Amino acid sequence: MSSPTEGAVLPPPKLTKADFSSDQTVRWCPGCGDYSILAQVQKVMPSLGIPKENIVFISGIGCSSRFPYYMNTYGFHSIHGRAPTLASGLKISRPELSIWVVTGDGDGLSIGGNHLIHAMRRNLDIKILLFNNRIYGLTKGQYSPTSEFGKKTKSSPFGTAEQPINPLGVALASECTFVARSVDTDTQHLTATLDRVARHKGTAFVEIYQNCNIFNDGAFEAFTARDVRSDRMISLEHGKPLIFGKEHDKGIRLNGLHPEVVTLGKDGITEKDLLVHDENATEPTLAFLLSRLTYPDYPVPVGVFYNASRPCLEDVVEKQADQATAKLGAGSLERLLNSGATWTVS
Amino acid sequence: METRKVVSTQTETLPSKPVVREIDEVVIRFVGDSGDGMQLTGTQFADTTALFGNDLATLPDFPAEIRAPAGTLAGVSGYQINFSSHEIRTPGDQPNVLVAMNPAALRSNVADLEEGGILILDSDAFTEGNLGKAGYKTNPLKDGSLAGYRLFDIPLTSLTLKAVADTGLGGRQATRCKNFFALGLVFWMYERPVDYTRDWIEKKFKNNQQIARANIQALQAGYNYADTTETFTEHYRVRKAQLEPGTYRSITGNEATATGFITAALLCGRPLFYGSYPITPASDILHELSRLKNYPVKTFQAEDEISAVGAAIGASYGGSLGLCGTSGPGLALKSEAVGLAVMTELPLVIANIQRGGPSTGLPTKTEQADLLQAMFGRNGECPVAVVAPATPADCFWMAIEAFRIATRYMTPVIYLSDGYLGNGSEPWRIPGPQALPKFEVAFRTQKEGFLPYQRDPKTLARPWAVPGTPGLEHRIGGLEKEDVTGNVSYDPLNHDKMVRLREEKIARIANDIPEVKILGRESGKVLVVGWGSTYGAITSAVESMQGRGLSVSSIHLRHLNPFPRNLGSILGRFKKVLVPELNLGQLRLLMRARYLVDAIGLNKVQGKPFKVSEIVEAVEKLLGEV
Repeated sequence: MSSPTEGAVLPPPKLTKADFSSDQTVRWCPGCGDYSILAQVQKVMPSLGIPKENIVFISGIGCSSRFPYYMNTYGFHSIHGRAPTLASGLKISRPELSIWVVTGDGDGLSIGGNHLIHAMRRNLDIKILLFNNRIYGLTKGQYSPTSEFGKKTKSSPFGTAEQPINPLGVALASECTFVARSVDTDTQHLTATLDRVARHKGTAFVEIYQNCNIFNDGAFEAFTARDVRSDRMISLEHGKPLIFGKEHDKGIRLNGLHPEVVTLGKDGITEKDLLVHDENATEPTLAFLLSRLTYPDYPVPVGVFYNASRPCLEDVVEKQADQATAKLGAGSLERLLNSGATWTVS
Repeated sequence: METRKVVSTQTETLPSKPVVREIDEVVIRFVGDSGDGMQLTGTQFADTTALFGNDLATLPDFPAEIRAPAGTLAGVSGYQINFSSHEIRTPGDQPNVLVAMNPAALRSNVADLEEGGILILDSDAFTEGNLGKAGYKTNPLKDGSLAGYRLFDIPLTSLTLKAVADTGLGGRQATRCKNFFALGLVFWMYERPVDYTRDWIEKKFKNNQQIARANIQALQAGYNYADTTETFTEHYRVRKAQLEPGTYRSITGNEATATGFITAALLCGRPLFYGSYPITPASDILHELSRLKNYPVKTFQAEDEISAVGAAIGASYGGSLGLCGTSGPGLALKSEAVGLAVMTELPLVIANIQRGGPSTGLPTKTEQADLLQAMFGRNGECPVAVVAPATPADCFWMAIEAFRIATRYMTPVIYLSDGYLGNGSEPWRIPGPQALPKFEVAFRTQKEGFLPYQRDPKTLARPWAVPGTPGLEHRIGGLEKEDVTGNVSYDPLNHDKMVRLREEKIARIANDIPEVKILGRESGKVLVVGWGSTYGAITSAVESMQGRGLSVSSIHLRHLNPFPRNLGSILGRFKKVLVPELNLGQLRLLMRARYLVDAIGLNKVQGKPFKVSEIVEAVEKLLGEV
């Protein structure tokens, strides 16, 4: 379907970050990581060259899902877990729109887990931002599907008895064609990641570590704090060896299928011994291996884990329609009503 | 009801030629194992009969199991067809002819056959093993228990094997042709040509010539067997019905539903988006729509029922006609999302092809027990419009009506068909373009003065402002909206106002739908009120009683929320109001609450449609009390 405003020939005006801020007061708690994510998204938007009337933000329920109200684009704050379903219907029926799903660890991986995996498997050209704060914030502090095993919360006073789910593992297992991770506090990295998310053709999934300073303050502090970040996190770059550390002296090496942290220069280890990141690998095996690296045993990787190219569902659907129309001619009311065996009574 | 009348008897002089009897209505039921192809046999007979020019109505009846153990009662599948030389509205109360392919099929159906009715059996299937599986202690072919029928026990299987022997087809595959043998035989009995079915087989098996040849040979052999042996001493002529002039096709309710929805899209110029998760008995709508890729329709087989409705809402938000199809359990899963569409005031149609409930219930059997779910099955005060087609062909018209209401009032509409309508078929006079309703949809494009929840003063509909329109960027969602602006609002008085506005918007649809028409006198002793698929049985019953001079009228509701505006005044003009429903009294409950009328129920929940005689009996009983 074409845009209802097709025919307007005005050149797109140059947009700024302010053009993407709505008139609604932002109502997240002061100090919430969501503010930073909102600011980076608003910053990235103008650079994409997409008219803002063609951008739609769709969310479910939870703190993160208030996001669309603050974006001066089209926005739909739907129901719990279901944002990918609305996004799917909208994208299939209006492929020209730029559609962003904003979800959280509870919305996306608990109540809406089924929709999330199927949206990714279909490879619709939509962008999914999953704010992971490892807690239920809007309902005031119950554990979430990404909360650490044994975590004490309001609904788990003796500690949870549940193994957390790994969002990136879910995305990779769901055949998602673009899988990334970033952190709310690293604004530069976040902006760069969002830019790549926006430019990927296909479903792009990014997990954003987001601090809930009210119910789970400091959840990622142990490795994201400014002073320890470079020693406890590793930024993935395509084609480059996995090196980290303040002194750029540490790396990741594969020992069989087992990754190990090594020190460059020690025991004759050089860059050549290190694992080299390949986000375009045919199979997401390496991406999955990297998604399993967690602090404190390993540095926590951020960046683009996997980036593949595959046909998008909405394009296949359009192609089938085009082929059928070319072969059979466009359907008309007369043909529709008179199809099958007919007979005449006079 | 007397369903088979002998109009005239023509006795021909040559004794070797069978007698031709002219009759004006016949009910035939084909029954067999679910692997025996009974649905196919019935459909072929129905299509041929439609092309022949009779009026007809069908009732497929099959188990939920795809292949229950062969030969058991659980695996029996049936197809009933009523055809005639005059107008008919139901698949018939009682079969005049029963074709049973095995003992289990006989056992579970023979009680329905009319006294003296024709019973055709495959004698080859009456083995000790099959008799045991069906629970027969003695062989009914030998114990005299079938003496009340005109029995034709024919070795259908061995005759079929003989007929297809030269095709080289092996044992089991050859045996499977026996349904066509039986069909050929019945075609001869009712003077139907085999051509349509022969062409169908050729097309269907064009990539397997051997199977095609075998089936055609079996069909022809069945026909020839009846024609040349002296098994049948008479055959029957049912003349063409005097139908209104026009072009006709045979259509099932589900086909008519799909066709109606695409027609709606073509009429208003917006594409159709169909989100659905496969569910009996609605899946045929998905099959039909996903086939029509050269039409403005996109289908989406969702991962679950919730996704199906979510996607439809997303498509509606983008300016398509958002549609989803399901059955009762699926509607239950969609409840929250329907509420979202009520809150965001987007057009949406949910087609519920009802089946027996609760829970998984009776997936392949019909019921009308989702009316209250459609009306109230959501959290909060959450009104939606509800419409219901009355016949298989009426599904076409009500599908268009559902989208006319949804787009004009920016509201979800629940469309209540059922398994009986969905799978049943009837001849449909194809409407010319001028007979189709006009409806237009307009998007808001003007930027100046745009407010997402500013309503049309007449319909109370909010503007449809779709993404891609410059200057109309706005946010909607499931949180309560501030009147006019659509911003999030927790204000108590605003909430009160919005709840009432949403209610009033649906109520105003009553100004925009036709008044209900009375069949019969405007007042009298008994009024029968029906909705949905009971139309055929109610109308047949009421017309026959009116013919006998009884004081009974009927009305049939196709709009259930809101009700037609003249309904209340009609109810008051009759001494008794009878509401037949395939549930425990859901419409009756609504009518009693709304109009304080002492409506009486006639309720049946057996997974089967009403018989005409059941309605007649209930009305007669009431007439006796007035």
